[in-house]
Formats: sequence, C-alpha cells, structure tokens
Amino acid sequence: MAVLRPADTTQLEEAVTAALAKDETLEILGGGSKRALGRPPRTDHVLDLGAFDGIVDYEPAELVLTARAATPMARLVAQLDARGQMLAFEPPDWRDLLGTGGEPTLGGTVACNLAGPRRVRAGAARDHFLGFSAVNGRGEEWKAGGRVVKNVTGYDMGKLQAGAYGTLSVLTELSVRVLPRPETTCSLVMQGLGDEAAVATLASALNSPHEVSAAAHLPAGAAARSKVAALSGGAATVLRLEGPRPSVDYRAAALQSLLGAGERLNDRNSSALWNEIGAVRALVGEGERVIWRLCPPPSTAPALLRRVEARLASAEGFYDWGGGLLWLALDERDAGPDGGATVVRAALGEAGHATLICAPEAVRAVGPVFQPAQPALAALARRVKAGFDPKAILNPGRMQQGM
Amino acid sequence: MLRMPMPDDAVLARRAAIVAGLREILPGEGVIDDELERRAYESDGLTAYRTLPMVVVLPETTADVVAILRYCNAAGVKVVPRGAGTSLSGGALPLEDGVLLGLGKFKRILEVDVANRCAVVQPGVTNLGITHAVQDAGFYYAPDPSSQIACTIGGNVAENSGGVHCLKYGLTTNNVIGIEMVTMAGEVVRLGGKHFDSGDYDLLGVMVGSEGLLGVVTEVTVRILPKPPGARALLIGFPTIEGAGECVAAVIGAGIIPGGMEMMDRLAAEAAEAFVHAGYPLDAEALLIVELDGCGAEVDHLIEAVETIAGRHGATTCRISRSEEERLLFWAGRKAAFPAVGRLSPDYYCMDGTIPRKRLGDVLARMKQMEALHGLRVANVFHAGDGNLHPLILYDANNPGELERAEEFGNDILRLCVEVGGVLTGEHGVGVEKRDLMDTMFDKVDLDQQQRLKCAFDPGNLLNPGKVFPQLCRCAELGRVHVHAGQTRFPDLPRF
Ligand SMILES: Cc1cc2nc3c(=O)[nH]c(=O)nc-3n(C[C@H](O)[C@H](O)[C@H](O)COP(=O)(O)OP(=O)(O)OC[C@H]3O[C@@H](n4cnc5c(N)ncnc54)[C@H](O)[C@@H]3O)c2cc1C
Repeated sequence: MAVLRPADTTQLEEAVTAALAKDETLEILGGGSKRALGRPPRTDHVLDLGAFDGIVDYEPAELVLTARAATPMARLVAQLDARGQMLAFEPPDWRDLLGTGGEPTLGGTVACNLAGPRRVRAGAARDHFLGFSAVNGRGEEWKAGGRVVKNVTGYDMGKLQAGAYGTLSVLTELSVRVLPRPETTCSLVMQGLGDEAAVATLASALNSPHEVSAAAHLPAGAAARSKVAALSGGAATVLRLEGPRPSVDYRAAALQSLLGAGERLNDRNSSALWNEIGAVRALVGEGERVIWRLCPPPSTAPALLRRVEARLASAEGFYDWGGGLLWLALDERDAGPDGGATVVRAALGEAGHATLICAPEAVRAVGPVFQPAQPALAALARRVKAGFDPKAILNPGRMQQGM
Repeated sequence: MLRMPMPDDAVLARRAAIVAGLREILPGEGVIDDELERRAYESDGLTAYRTLPMVVVLPETTADVVAILRYCNAAGVKVVPRGAGTSLSGGALPLEDGVLLGLGKFKRILEVDVANRCAVVQPGVTNLGITHAVQDAGFYYAPDPSSQIACTIGGNVAENSGGVHCLKYGLTTNNVIGIEMVTMAGEVVRLGGKHFDSGDYDLLGVMVGSEGLLGVVTEVTVRILPKPPGARALLIGFPTIEGAGECVAAVIGAGIIPGGMEMMDRLAAEAAEAFVHAGYPLDAEALLIVELDGCGAEVDHLIEAVETIAGRHGATTCRISRSEEERLLFWAGRKAAFPAVGRLSPDYYCMDGTIPRKRLGDVLARMKQMEALHGLRVANVFHAGDGNLHPLILYDANNPGELERAEEFGNDILRLCVEVGGVLTGEHGVGVEKRDLMDTMFDKVDLDQQQRLKCAFDPGNLLNPGKVFPQLCRCAELGRVHVHAGQTRFPDLPRF
C-alpha cells in the first residue's frame, strides 16, 4: 500500500487514472478526522489530499467562500469569525466521538454532509454547498455549480457529492455559502421533563414564530454529563435563540411565557452547551458502547427510543433537532455482533434513516452501516455510482458493500 | 433559432396505435387527442416557442403514471411532464413525437403535519395553495415565485424555483424534504420523507432542479414555517445604480439578511409606478425595497439600521412602511413589474442570470451599450440580495427579425453574466432557452458527467429530451471506460 500525495489536480488525475488502469482502489483522505466513520476502508492505496489546502477566494459581502478541499475547518472558521461570519450549518467536531485525531477539513465536512444543532433552522452542509471542482473515478477533472448563491444551471450535482463520503468523486475545491454570525445568543433550559413531554415542548417552540435556532432534550443521564452547571438538575430541555440583542431578549421572554418556564443561560454557557451537543459529548467515554445516529420524523423520536429500550436494556439516548436527530448508545455486549442493527432498524421501520457511527471495525465491516435502501432505489443508487466511478475505485465499500 | 431533436417518423406513424394504447390505461377524458384541445398545451411561459404535442395525457394517480411511463418506455415514446406551464425557459415545451403528461389532476393536499412542520401534497397543487392549506395553523410555505398563484409545486421542484424571500428562507431545494417519483421505466421511488437529510446518496437533492429529465414527481413533502409575527419594508431611492449596489453590500456587511431585498432600475420603476401607483420616486436611477421580518423588536431595530446605511450610501429618498397596507403597496409595484413592463412594449423577454453582486455596476453599464448595439431597450428587475438579475428585453414580435434580435441580446447578457463570474440561470432553469449556452459555463467533461446521471435514471433518454443539454446523450458510449495504462506520468508522484 502506498500513500499518494498529489501536489495538484494534474497529479491527482494521474493518480486516479493509474489506479483505474491497474484496477487498484483508493481511500480518499483529507485530515483523517472522520476515517473511522462509515464502513472501514480496505483499499490498495491512500490518496492524501493534504496539498489541496488554502482559501482561494473569500468576499464577505458576496456571502461566498471558495477553498481547496483539505483546508482545515479551524483555519476557515477563524477567517470567517474575523469578518463576523460563519458556516450556518454549524459543522460539529466528532473527533472525540470517533476517537480519531487529525484536522477536520472542508472537503470531509461536506462529503459527510455534517450539520450541528442549527440544522433544524439553517440546513446541513448540503444546503450551503454552491459549487465545486472534482476528479471522478475516470480520472477526469470536472466541475458543477458556481460561485454565486443562487444558481440552477444544470443538475444540482453538489447535493449528490454532499453525503457521498467520497464515493462519487474526489472533491478538490469547494464554494460554500457563508452567513453573518448572530450578534447574540441565549439559551433557555427547562428541567425535569419526560421525553414525550420534552419533544412536544420542543415542537411548540419550533412551531412558534420565535425563530428557535436549536432545540434539544437531554434525559437525566445525558444531562448529568454536561459541563454546564445549569444542567445538573436532571433531564434538560434546551432551546437556543440568536439575533440582534433586543430581538433575542424579546423572544426569550415570549418563549418563557409561552412554555411557562425556562432558565436563561448566558452567551458563554450557551455556546459551551451547544458545542457539547454537536459533539455528542453526553454519550462519549462511557465504556464499550456502539453509537447510532437516527433521523426519524421528529415527533416520533421518543416512541422510537422506547421501542429500542424494550429490546435492549442498555439503550440510552438524547435528542437534537427537535427530535429529528436521536443519538443512541448501546453497550457493545448488549448490542450483539451486529451492533444492535436488527433491533434499531426494525424499531425505525421505513420512516427515516439510521447510521451506525461508532462501533468496532469488525461490526462496521460486516453489516450495513448506512440505511439499506429498497431494491428499486438501491439499483438506482448503484447506477448513479457507476456514472461517476465505473470501476468503483474511490472509497469502495465505504457506504455500501460492493459499491 | 432554436432547434429541437428531429421527430421520429416511426413513432408519428404509430400515432393512432399509441393513442389507443394510452386509452386502455386511461379511459375517458384522460387522453386528449383532439387537435384543438391539444393546442392548449402547445407552449409554456416561453411563448415564443410552440409545438403541438402528439397526444396529451392527464393521469390522476401514481398508478396511472406508472402505467403510462411503462407503456411509453416499452414503446420508445418520449414524454414531457407538465405542471401549470409557467416555465420561462421552455422546460414544458411539448415534442411533436412525444406524449405531454399533465399533472393538473394531482390537486390534493394529502396531509398537514404540524407536529413535524411539514405538509404532504400532490404535485399539481399550486405554490400558493400550500400556504393557503397551512395558514390557519399559523404556517406558510416560504419559497414564493411571483407566479405562485398559478405554478405548481411539481414544477417548482423540477425548476428549483425561488422567490423574493429566498435570500433568508432558501430555494425550493432547501424547503422540500421528500418526494415520491416514478422513473421512466415505471418504478416508484420514495426519496426523503418527514425526516432530515438522506441516509444514503441525496437523490432528492439532485431531483430538485432536474427540469423533468430524471423522473415524474407524484408527491411532495414540504417543510412549512411559522409565519413571522410582522414585517416592515423600506422603499429607498438612489441617484445611481452603483450607490444602490453598495448599499446592498453594506446591509449584508452589517450582518443583516433581510426577508427580501429587491432592486428596480429607472425604467422598471417607472413602468411599475404607472401600473400600480405605489408612490415610487420617479427621479431615482435605482429603487430598492428592503423588507425586514420577525418580532417587532427585531424589525424596528433593523429598520433603523438599514435606514442609517442607506443614508450613508447616498439615498435620496427613504420611506418606511407604517402599515401593512403601505408595505403591500411597496411590493405591489415590484410584484407587478413583469406585466407593468409588458405595457411598455408589445412583447418582452425575461432573462435570469446571476452575477457576483459587486459586478452589478459594470454589468448594467455593459447592458446599456448592448441596447444600442441590438437596438432594443431593457428594464431591470433584480433580486439584489443574491445577485439574481431579471433583465426584461422589450421587443415587438410583429416586426420581422425583432424576436431573433431580442434572443441574441438575451444570449449576450447571459454570456456577460458568466464572463463576470456568474451563471446562466438563477431560478428559471435552462430548459430549451439556455440549452445552447451551456458550453459557456461547462466543458465537455462537465456535461458528460451530468449526462451520465441522466443515464442512471433514464437510459433510453425518453424523458423530456432536447432540454437542458445541447446534445442528446448516448448512454452506451458514455458508459464505456477507456483505460490508458502506461501512458501516465504517474511515477513522478511522490510516494510514501
Ligand atoms: C409571470 C411569471 C413570474 C414568474 N416568477 C418566477 C419567480 O419569481 N421565481 C421563479 O423561480 N420562477 C418564476 N417563474 C417561472 C415558473 O413559474 C417556475 O419555473 C415554476 O416553478 C414552473 O411551475 P409550473 O407548474 O408552471 O411548471 P411547468 O412550466 O409546467 O414545468 C416546468 C418544468 O417542470 C417539469 N415538471 C412539471 N411538473 C413536473 C412533475 N410533477 N414531475 C417532473 N417534472 C415536472 C416540466 O417538464 C418542465 O421542465 C415565473 C413565471 C411567470 C410566467
């Protein structure tokens, strides 16, 4: 196995062309921080994109930033921060969750379609991805989209690349939409609610006109592991408001009276709390556990957790995105050799999707890690893959076996 | 002039049999064979182009659509999907040898799910119809194309339509969370649902904006949003377009994303004023409408901030709406800008490029020079926040050659948009209109890659062919893998 380090797009095209000619497979590597995500890579070579680093163009007033794929997120976020802007999808840092090191990069973040707590209001990486250059599995450089915020010229190929985990093309340069960072943030905490009541409360808040930008519920166990002191008193239901100060003050008061409760967290505690939630801190480091990420219709999440708990006693979870994201941890032994897949997928049924985020390599290598598709859809996805990477040399098997 | 693929004589010769075959699937009025009745479908919003469809079918259920597509796929007959026919790019232009598949009978709201903030509707429901169905619960559907009374959500999905509120609330693609679709082979596929994101490839994301080339959408789940408690607007006049452009940049630079931010040039503003008497200042070279929405505290705070910024950028007039009626009056002129401009001239041609906003001044100046060159006038309406231009070219189709000149002018404008770093279309789609300009933005490899996606969905190239791509795709050829072993300079690559 070799680690290939193309210095530019021409060398990258050559590397892919050579692999294609020799029937060799490539693992696409940005900063390596999400290497443990998905099915374990078993490739002939590693394609390290480290040289594709740097911001190409950033004009705050145009709300567009273009950077090379391996640009570290930390540097990018710092640049945006200096100009009072942000990536609105709030990319979370999953390094502790995945037990990996390395620097998260823009390419990896978009390729995995990450999104943090603000997903519920602002969308995921896919919603802010405007255009890109890439090299496909034929070793050809191609591009789609543009560097403006509004564009419908041709198929929206960016949507397909976001969440394809590098199985369709090697992204080399990406343009993303950026937005102003809110002037102030505040969070409201309500304590002691059961899951059903909590998710209903999150729904009333999200259904109110008060522009809630994050909505989560931590049952007692998860809340107890927070470093934010205000969460120490049992189950915590939390809402976030962002915007100009007079607006945030007004809406916080309005929500408190609508919900009849809610203790205000200050700016610092508020950011600490949402970083913890995005990073799934509540479920990390509690022994040998597998961790699932479930996206059900939001209102059905508590019942879904109950169904899993009924079959697997070790189940523990918490809710983000108003219930639209359920993080679930299971003791490895309780989960069994399939990581609990049979139980979890049966509990979820057809509505939504479940991804096995953390599990021993052996478990991720055997069962489906991503949501298995119905036959017609699975066949369509296979044809789509073949259109980009006909010999399946880019991150083969990372998402689905044999693809 | 635009050329469509040559009709297939063999299909035309089988016309009677095809009509009979379709009648077996859809008995009664679902199959339209009569020439006069077919005429009603001969064009969409791009009225310069007309083609009489071979036959029109109006299915009522997904099962009907499945049966029709299976039949056409087996018989090698082309199909053009159609919603309300308001496309401005000719996306729903029929084919002489094709079946026009109208979704007008898919009119039901299937479910309003408040707990999950979404609504499930059939594709023939109008854009505004969704808001009507959810407004009693305090919600609305955010993307609001000016055609919202007429256009369908199925058409919006196909075109990834936008509206004046898209800067803050996103385009169709950011507000559609699920669809049911039927492939040309007649397979029913569900993508997304009431949940967030996709657990596998985001095929929903690529279906939105696919202009009816990848599948027929038979059900749509949209995200609905709580109605903002209030909104106020500013009507601001500037002595120069550049001043207005700089004001827009400064508003965004100050961290404000308004609910809507629209610009009109002098000609468009004059036409709108004459049409609706909104009280637009007539001495301004550029008119800006900025709308702030949200709670009262936020709206008041931001109105003040925008007013200050406008003053600093040389605004000559600045009115702030004091009532809901006045706010709507500010908008009335903008919303009626197309028909208003239509009164200045027998015909107008609406363009739709996007540019980086900082190039606005140059682009409008170059457009002025082009007016002289082409001997035609242009009025400009502009989604200022996101750089999406709508130049309206005035012409008279009764004057021989004038339509062609208008089209050439339009093409020059779009080339200019691409030249300054923008794109051919911001929201109206490529359709047939911009099809032959695709190579100004994309090279052959880019277009081949797009075509391979088409092959994955519709290998026979029977669904809406002749749209979007300058060349029909040949899937067998595109699918071949050419491997040039030994020719690579690969050994130079640093190895570890
Ligand atoms: C006065 C006016 C103002 C407009 N303003 C705006 C605006 O502000 N913003 C904007 O974005 N657009 C605007 N448009 C353009 C147009 O209204 C939109 O593109 C709209 O989405 C088209 O919807 P429709 O139902 O009329 O679709 P049609 O015109 O019937 O079809 C459009 C395309 O969609 C395909 N299609 C339709 N239904 C389906 C389906 N169920 N499955 C698969 N494919 C389908 C067709 O094949 C075609 O390619 C305007 C048009 C007019 C006439």
